[in-house]
Amino acid sequence: MSQPSALPATDLNRRSFMTGTVSAVAAVPLLGSPAKAETAGRSDTGPREPAVTSLRINKQPYELSLDPRTSLLDALRDHAGLTGTKKGCDHGQCGACTVLVDGKRVLSCLSFAVMNGGKEVTTIEGLSSTDGVLHPMQQAFVDHDAFQCGYCTPGQIMSAIGCVNEGHAGSEDDIREFMSGNICRCAAYPNIVAAIIQARDETKGA
Amino acid sequence: MRPFVYEQPTNISAAVALASRFTNSDDAPTRANAQFIAGATNLADYMKLGVAQPDRLVDLNRLAEPALRQIRITDDGIRFGALVRMGEAADNSEVKRRYPVVAGSLKLAASGQIRNMASLAGNVLQRTRCEYFRETSWPCNKRVPGSGCAAMEGFNRQHAVLGASDACIATYHGDFAQALIALDAVVHAEGSRGARKIPFAKLHRRPGDTPHIETDLAADEIITAIEVPAIPWARRSLYLKIRDRESYAFALASAAVALDLDGDKVREARIALGGVATVPWRARTAEQALQDKALDEASAKAAAEAAFADAEPRRDNAFKIELGKRTLVRALLETRDMKV
Repeated sequence: MSQPSALPATDLNRRSFMTGTVSAVAAVPLLGSPAKAETAGRSDTGPREPAVTSLRINKQPYELSLDPRTSLLDALRDHAGLTGTKKGCDHGQCGACTVLVDGKRVLSCLSFAVMNGGKEVTTIEGLSSTDGVLHPMQQAFVDHDAFQCGYCTPGQIMSAIGCVNEGHAGSEDDIREFMSGNICRCAAYPNIVAAIIQARDETKGA
Repeated sequence: MRPFVYEQPTNISAAVALASRFTNSDDAPTRANAQFIAGATNLADYMKLGVAQPDRLVDLNRLAEPALRQIRITDDGIRFGALVRMGEAADNSEVKRRYPVVAGSLKLAASGQIRNMASLAGNVLQRTRCEYFRETSWPCNKRVPGSGCAAMEGFNRQHAVLGASDACIATYHGDFAQALIALDAVVHAEGSRGARKIPFAKLHRRPGDTPHIETDLAADEIITAIEVPAIPWARRSLYLKIRDRESYAFALASAAVALDLDGDKVREARIALGGVATVPWRARTAEQALQDKALDEASAKAAAEAAFADAEPRRDNAFKIELGKRTLVRALLETRDMKV
């Protein structure tokens, strides 16, 4: 909004190569069923019928055949093989499962995967380039030692990118308020705030 | 979680038709076989916990009607489409300028992520977080009608002191609803019996003997829009929320206040209270107590006394009466002192 620039989504080509490998191994292939894409759930099917969900994760297309009860979080971790997104409370209270859906930060544990058909999902795996260059927010977390055990960190970083892109990282108070959905039991909060300020300033006008 | 069939209707009438087809018309919406889902932040959680057990989910996010996603500002007020997300409404510059109490109630609710997910209509329909409602081992008249209330003699620190009944003392935790009821908002709904408008104050029902019936909506009825009337003096308004921690927590006590002042004299006051009642709570006696009075600490205190005159404490929540009064006094004086 008021922020001069959005954080870059980094190099798409190199990341596509890496996640493409993952998707080929882990995603459930649905052979010859392009017409089924995004037809998740129909009145004439029972609850045992898997819902076919087509979505893009880190710029790669995925077609997942899922029990409709599957959360987006479980789809990412158990079906797409992307375990960088963490399961903390699984009830929307801790923020560890934060990902970007169509560029907005959301809690993947509180969304059913079938609701995300046709959406673009970005996870922590989609941030850095394959040559090891970290996203500015990832680098800032390293620079400021903005974690201890690291479990909440993927969610913190995804939420921080959302927070800056929304224009809610104007002051330290704003950052604390708008990052309150991400709990860090190691209490690395002061360092997290410092990391977000660094990444915010680095990407301004970039 | 109980298995369910997932549906994605693409217009409002198709969504209503689906709900009508798979739901008994006399079912309370919260107990209906087919339930609507939008942001999912409340319903998905309660489905995981077994509190909500729909066997069919009707996803409203593919509905094509553009007005569902628009914030329209007109001479008559602001019309929020039902699927507008909380975060978008909170950040809208006209909402912030014209109705600080609305923007404030949204900004102070939930977290950044949840505000990006949760729809405005879903937010006003959110269900209580009473611990005994959330955990299915306990008796709960709201979850299983007639089973009893574990909160009544339980740990009821977060429970309601206003609007309770012998059957239920669960708090309505929403914030946005307090701003809406204070400003006389109107809800637009569409169902199998047609479209209608519901004054916001009539949307929620006090628990009485039927705490499982939470709203005036039928099981196949969808909120399509929420309209806030034009109130020029609502620029002098705010939402004050007091919590156990500074952010990302439900209110222990909150106050939505809007004031029409002539100098220090109150021409009209609007007051709603959150965190202390079983439903969105308009404090009309407090409003009347301030009518034509000079607003100072004494008159604010008198209004707060009036607001809580009928409060009924339980074992652990008596503190909410004093906290609620002080919250209202502070909100009134801060609203008076706003530079508008």
